[in-house]
This record gives sequence, C-alpha cells and structure tokens, in this order.
Amino acid sequence: MIRMYNASKDYANGVKALIDVSVQIEKGEFVFLVGPSGAGKSTFIRLLFREELPSDGQVIIAGKSIVRLRSSKVAVLRRNIGVVFQNFRLLSDRTAFENVAFALRVLQFSQKDINQRVPEILRQVGLSARAGSYPHQLSGGEQQRVAIARAIVNNPKILIADEPTGNLDPDTSWEIMHLLYEINKRGTTLIIATHDKKIVDTMKRRVIGLERGRLVRDDQQGVYGL
Amino acid sequence: MMKLTTIRFLVGQALSSIKRNGMMSLASIGTVAISMFVLGTFLLLALNANLVADAIETNVEIAVLVHPDASKETIDSTYNDISSLNGVMAVTHVGKDEALAGLEKQFGEGHDLLRSLGGVNPLPDSFIVKVENPRLVSKVADVIGGFSSVDKVRYGKGMIEKLFSVLDWVRWLGAGIAVLLSLAAVFLIAITVRITVFARGDEITIMKYVGATNWFIRLPFFLEGLILGTLGSLLAATAIYFSYSKLVSYVILTVNFIPLITDKEFILQLLLYLLVGGAVLGSIGSAVSVRKFLKV
Ligand SMILES: Nc1ncnc2c1ncn2[C@@H]1O[C@H](COP(=O)(O)OP(=O)(O)OP(=O)(O)O)[C@@H](O)[C@H]1O
Ligand SMILES: [Mg+2]
Repeated sequence: MIRMYNASKDYANGVKALIDVSVQIEKGEFVFLVGPSGAGKSTFIRLLFREELPSDGQVIIAGKSIVRLRSSKVAVLRRNIGVVFQNFRLLSDRTAFENVAFALRVLQFSQKDINQRVPEILRQVGLSARAGSYPHQLSGGEQQRVAIARAIVNNPKILIADEPTGNLDPDTSWEIMHLLYEINKRGTTLIIATHDKKIVDTMKRRVIGLERGRLVRDDQQGVYGL
Repeated sequence: MMKLTTIRFLVGQALSSIKRNGMMSLASIGTVAISMFVLGTFLLLALNANLVADAIETNVEIAVLVHPDASKETIDSTYNDISSLNGVMAVTHVGKDEALAGLEKQFGEGHDLLRSLGGVNPLPDSFIVKVENPRLVSKVADVIGGFSSVDKVRYGKGMIEKLFSVLDWVRWLGAGIAVLLSLAAVFLIAITVRITVFARGDEITIMKYVGATNWFIRLPFFLEGLILGTLGSLLAATAIYFSYSKLVSYVILTVNFIPLITDKEFILQLLLYLLVGGAVLGSIGSAVSVRKFLKV
C-alpha cells in the first residue's frame, strides 16, 4: 500500500528533516510513528499526502509514484488519504455537521448523499447528539472526533493522524485511540505519529522510530522506546 | 454537469465572503458602478452626437454670394447655370433687400440698419443651393466658385469637421476616464478578493486536504469578483437607464429638433454590454488575486 524508498527531505532553510528513509506499510496495518521532537514525524506524514515533495527518493502509494503527479491527480490521491491533526483544524463558523459535510461538498456530493452520510459518520464517532454544535461549544475530544469524522467521511483507504491526542487529557486520548482502532479494524490503513508513550506501550502495534531524520527502528509489536 | 448542491455551495461561499468583507465589497461595487456609469454615459453621448452630426450633414446648404455689382441679367443667368448643374436639387434666390431685412431681424426691431449704413445696402444678392447628396457639396461648391459672376461660396463643411474633431476629443476623454476608473475597479476587487483568500486560509487548507481540485478551490473567489463586478455594473446600468429616459423625455419636450437615440432595444443592448463589462472587470480582479495569493 505505502512504500518509501530512500526518501530524504531537505527544507529550503537547509534542515535535513528526513534522511534516506525506506519503509513499507501494508494494507490495513496499524502503525505508530514515534521519535523525539524534531525527529521528522510530521515531515514523514507530509510526504505521504504530498503536502511536501521528497528532495530525493521515492514515495509510492497503491503502486504509483506520487512524486510526479499532475495537480488533478494530487486531488485524487488526497481523496484516498484522510488526515487528522493535533489542533483539529475545524472551521469555527460551522457546526459539527457542516464541518463534516464540508468535505463532501467540496467533492461535489449531492445534498441527498450528504444528508445520509454525515449523520451516519457522526454516529460512528459517537457525536450524533452534538451535530448542531459549533467547535467552541465542544470539548477537545469531541472536536477531534469531528475532525476524524471529516477525515473518514469519504471512506479513504489510508488515515494519517499527526499527534491526534497531543492536546487531550489521558482519558480522552484513550477514547480517541479506541475510535481510531475501530476505524482500522474496518480495514483502513492507519498511521499515527505520537509522543504518547503509555498508549504506544499498551497497544503493542508496529512502531516506526525516527531520530534526527533517520529511521532508527521498526518493530512489529513495539513499545515507545527506552 | 454540476450538481445543484455544488452550485449552491460555491455561490454561498462567494456571497458570504462579500458579506464578510462588507466595506471593501461596497467600495468595489461602487467603483465598478462609477466606472461603468462614466463609460455608458460617454458611449451614449458619442452615439447621440453621431446622430446629430448625421442630421446636420444631410442639411448642408451652399451659400453663393454674387459679385455686389453684378447686373440683374448676370444674376438671372447665374441662377440658371447653377440650376442646371448635376446634383443640384433646389436653388433659392435671396435678393439684397431680403438679405438686409434678414439681417435687421437678427439685430432686432427698431434698428434702421440702412440709415446707419449711409443709405447704401452693402449686401450682395445670393443663392441658397441644396444638393441631392451631402457628399456632392464640396464638388458642386467648387464648380459654382469657378463662375465669373460669383464672389464667394460658403458651406458648412468646416463646421462639420470641427464638430467631428470635438466629438473625437470627447470620445478619447471618455475612453481615458473609463479606462482609469476600470483599472481602479479591478484593483479594488483584487484587494477585496485577496482579503477573502487570507480570511479563508483555513478553508482552503482543508479543501486541499480532503482532495478538492484546484479549479474548485478557486471558483468561489472568481465568483466573488464576478458578483461584485456584476452588481456594480447593474447599478450603473439602472442609473443610466432611468436618467437617460428622463433626459430623452425632457429633450423631446423642450428642444425637439435635436435627434436622440430612443430605440429602447438598442439602449438595453448597450446596457447589457455594460453588465458584461462589469463582470469582466470583476473576473480580472479576482483572477489577479487568485493567481498571486492562492497557491494550491
Ligand atoms: N516547513 C518547514 N520549513 C523548514 N524546516 C522545517 C519545516 N517543517 C519542519 N522543519 C524542520 O524539520 C525538522 C523536522 O520537523 P518535523 O516537524 O517533521 O518534526 P516532528 O518529528 O514532527 O516534531 P514534533 O514532534 O515536535 O512535532 C525540524 O528541525 C523542523 O524544524
Ligand atoms: Mg510534528
């Protein structure tokens, strides 16, 4: 599903954020991406949904290189990858329902589809009762659920989360992890960058470790680190 | 074919930007309105002036002044010579007494012009010559000017040329002002759309992340400029329509010899062009900002 071959990323300011990283992630996998701050986790994620291009090496998704893509193909790629961030990135002037519907509207779904899919996905993330609430009326955990709902409403094959629990307390973090786990169980390939040692250690999933831009470990049932 | 939901979404995005940008939107609409109003006014002015010029041109007459000391026989034979010329439609003889009477009338009643001139009428006999075709005026006038009995030939050619040169000048002035104002309108719309691009930064990012195509992300911003431009020119077209109707009915009542364009269909078509012009200004303005500030 995802292949990275000797991928490197040098930012314009000279920082080498990724150095010669090769990784292979199969369909339906659950992968933690760990490493100290500045290790290159976010950069790794940005390469996957082509927010950034690698300075060197290849990124291949579903058998196709995404390095040289026309912009219309980039849009198609992104429809197959959901992304979730630490700071939720919801639109503050729209309700939970409209935030999720937004993703469908810009992909030109019909109102009928929207009225059918959005409530269904809000039910899946446990937010049916809060559909009409604005982001500032929701707790951090609830906001992250809206963001996850928006990321998966289009049934992407891959879901990437960059520190999805970074702003949440431990209990809420576990709820969000559980939700992501449920989504993965239904077949979505899941990649989570995180600092949360406890969660990584408890869930015992594949762990990819980065340090100063280099791949330093890849354990099938790993723990956060020593 | 775009879905109704999508169209409503795109237009809704554009309209909410216009509302959110309140003052800037108003300024943009106002500038477009003023520039299109000026353009429309000058266009109507120029078109009407052409009509007036045509009317004057078809009325051109040649005034032929006979030598002051010409005898009655010479005058009669000149009359016959002119009448038999090709292209001449009518010749009217104006005797020197008649000419003087006409002059006295112009000076007003109670003036004894003849006495103040020392009892001698200095005016010559003259002919007013009408030609079949205004284009023949200068040719016929030249032939008549060659007659030995004829002192001077006058016709309105110079005046028409002067009128046309004034018209040209007015036209250039109007075009210049309209171009400057249009640039200002494009500039203001570009600024307004740029504000929207920045205000909608979060939305643009999310649109990219969920896989919206570039043209789809850009469309609401184009629409915003398009709507601003169209609203502005709609205002201008409405203002021109009503003030021009007023003007026409006033002119017809007071100075009815001035011909004016009253063909409603023609005017509506002109206003439609203005509307299109405003829409184009708006689109150019938003295109400038979208190209420059919306990197997708
Ligand atoms: N857009 C950018 N331009 C220049 N340098 C960047 C950019 N983004 C990240 N970097 C640099 O690249 C390196 C890796 O950053 P990255 O954000 O990938 O790390 P991270 O592992 O996500 O860190 P954190 O855990 O703090 O989020 C850092 O040194 C960072 O300063
Ligand atoms: Mg990061």
